[in-house]
Amino acid sequence: MIIYGVALLSVCLVAGMLVGEYLGILIGVEANVGGVGIAMLLLVLACNTQRLKPMVEGLAGDGIKFWSAMYIPIVVAMAARQNVVAAVDGGLLALVAGVAAVVVSFALVPVLSRIGSQRSRLNDQDGGAH
Amino acid sequence: MEVLEATFVRNGLVVAFAVVGLTVWFSYLLSDRLTAGRIHGSAIAITLGLVAAYVGGLITGGGTGVADIAFLSGVGIMGGGMFRDFAIVATAFGVQLSELKKAGLAGIISIFAGVIVSFVIGGLVAVLFGYTDPVAITTIGAGAVTYIVGPVTGAAIGASSELIALSVAAGLVKSILVMIGTPLVARSIGLDNPQSAMVFGGLMGTTSGVAGGLAATDPKLVPYGAMTATFYTGVGCLLGPSLLFLTVNALF
Repeated sequence: MIIYGVALLSVCLVAGMLVGEYLGILIGVEANVGGVGIAMLLLVLACNTQRLKPMVEGLAGDGIKFWSAMYIPIVVAMAARQNVVAAVDGGLLALVAGVAAVVVSFALVPVLSRIGSQRSRLNDQDGGAH
Repeated sequence: MEVLEATFVRNGLVVAFAVVGLTVWFSYLLSDRLTAGRIHGSAIAITLGLVAAYVGGLITGGGTGVADIAFLSGVGIMGGGMFRDFAIVATAFGVQLSELKKAGLAGIISIFAGVIVSFVIGGLVAVLFGYTDPVAITTIGAGAVTYIVGPVTGAAIGASSELIALSVAAGLVKSILVMIGTPLVARSIGLDNPQSAMVFGGLMGTTSGVAGGLAATDPKLVPYGAMTATFYTGVGCLLGPSLLFLTVNALF
């Protein structure tokens, strides 16, 4: 049943969002802290749990795959409802601040990615030594 | 005409599915015919969406792009936070736990580095433009983090509504630029594997920007980038009015 997969996805999202909201209250910020990320982790864990297999295989799995495939169209709709006018109206200061933040962050991606790959290489070497 | 509009409005979300479908089809056609597939169809579709949002905002004077045009109001639902988050979580289907663990540390570092770097850059730009008030510098800096961190921080430290609007604008510029720019720079910043996608999500942080940028680059990378990006705004809201404001206050 397709709805089983969709329901599992929904439960993961709501549970993750709830945890994110409580985390926000706990550390005293007015924002959801990582709700979507926690929901994603829950879904990954559910997919790897033997007892939940019937909810992620076959037709039920198609219910999750459908929403995964709807992601790009939804992002297109998301783009179409952005407040682009406000971004343009923000003037030179907003433009320079936004552009500079993006350019520097882009430049840092390869730098920080190296931390990840070096560590995994070290782990691989450790594994080889034992 | 009245019947037409009423029908479109009453079936808003369904109309949105049709309109977005048409847009995506047209974008892939352009991608094929004009660029021989070099520019990804979804990148064109997202850009068309942003252009439409600009036109919609000009026509209606509203704040949610084409969604303010009555017969396209369903696009607002389809592209709203609920469906966006639902689809993002669905992309995690099939993600390998081992990939997540491999980039875990780099991912966490990138979230903090991303918030601090964007804040410092935004604050520096504010100073360059002649601002000397710590509240103004902090609010604009926080806006360069994301367009949510800006107003949350500004409100917490008592910034004026003009400053808050400015910080939202800076955040919007960032988000839109990440959507459009990511596919263009992906190759030169090594954005082609789960680890760098997690670092990318942590550094950029804007959920909409990362979602759009990675969708236009390689949909397989989306869950990894989204995973870290989703923690970014929370960390920004935590650091902005506290540690970062206190630091700026001590300096100016």
